[in-house]
Amino acid sequence: MTKFKKQKKDSPGISTASLPDIVFMLLFFFMVTTVMREVTLQVKIVKPTATEIAKLEHKSLVSYIYVGPPIKGLLDKLGPEPRMQLNDAFAEIDEIGEFVVSEREKIDEKEVGKQTFSLKVDTEVKMGIISDIKMELREAQALKINYSTRKGEVLTK
Amino acid sequence: MARRKFQEINAGSMADIAFLLLIFFLVTTTMDIDKGLNRILPPKLITEEKPPVIKERNVFVVLLNDKNQLLVEGEIVELSNLREETKEFIANPKRLKTLPEFTEKEIRILGRMQVSKQITSLQNDRGTSYETYIAVQNELAAAYNELRDDMAIKEFGEPYKQLVKNKKLPGNSAKIDAIRKAIPQRISEAEPS
Repeated sequence: MTKFKKQKKDSPGISTASLPDIVFMLLFFFMVTTVMREVTLQVKIVKPTATEIAKLEHKSLVSYIYVGPPIKGLLDKLGPEPRMQLNDAFAEIDEIGEFVVSEREKIDEKEVGKQTFSLKVDTEVKMGIISDIKMELREAQALKINYSTRKGEVLTK
Repeated sequence: MARRKFQEINAGSMADIAFLLLIFFLVTTTMDIDKGLNRILPPKLITEEKPPVIKERNVFVVLLNDKNQLLVEGEIVELSNLREETKEFIANPKRLKTLPEFTEKEIRILGRMQVSKQITSLQNDRGTSYETYIAVQNELAAAYNELRDDMAIKEFGEPYKQLVKNKKLPGNSAKIDAIRKAIPQRISEAEPS
């Protein structure tokens, strides 16, 4: 009688040796394509849409002014009125002058003329506060501004 | 002699370490590229200095009230019609006396051109919503860009948008400059009422 050997089919496990390589590849991809988050947002911002937009170049020459209603966790304390955030904290409108001076000191003297202030504003905000900010910026001789927007069709109602 | 056997370093945890790093970068970084509408604010006026006088026919007045309604040159206009109205004002194809004047200017590459003396003035109310304001800004910019497109196609056989997109190509930045000089984008943001 022939002896039937029960063939043990031991499937070889999938090699995970290349897993680190794959993950490292992903890691490098993200390291190259992203930038470090600089501030913790304390205001909720949904940017408006626009079609005629231009890219903001020279990231180091751009300073941000955030305007919007406070985030959910702070709503009870502060109410829904839109507020302005500079760097990491809420600020009053008259602090913009100081902010402009301190941002100017950070960059090279030769490039002060190229410095841009980018306004990141929520769609729900009324223009009153924006006008005040623009007046303060004019006062501080910071004339290059950018209205930060997303790419998308504008609703033409 | 006993041969010493190499003990291999266990690389099994390498993946875990890499994952940890990956997740750290995913959390602490942002990917959004900043885009937006670039504008230049008017410089602060020195009190003794009078603002330059501009003829009324050269100014395109756009008013925006707190109910987000548009008043263009004294007439109520829908946002969807703003682009066409603005284009007609800037280009003034029939050279009407009520629309802006033209001056002859020497522009590099293009030669002598008639350049419109137009200026767009946008005034908003404190109660205007930001979304509408941006929409209006966008429509005004679109009007300028469409006219620039037309001119660029006529002169260089390529729309202005394409030139800006490929501005690194040789010769393109001079072309962009010429178009910008021929149709200057002048949007003035007046102080709110």
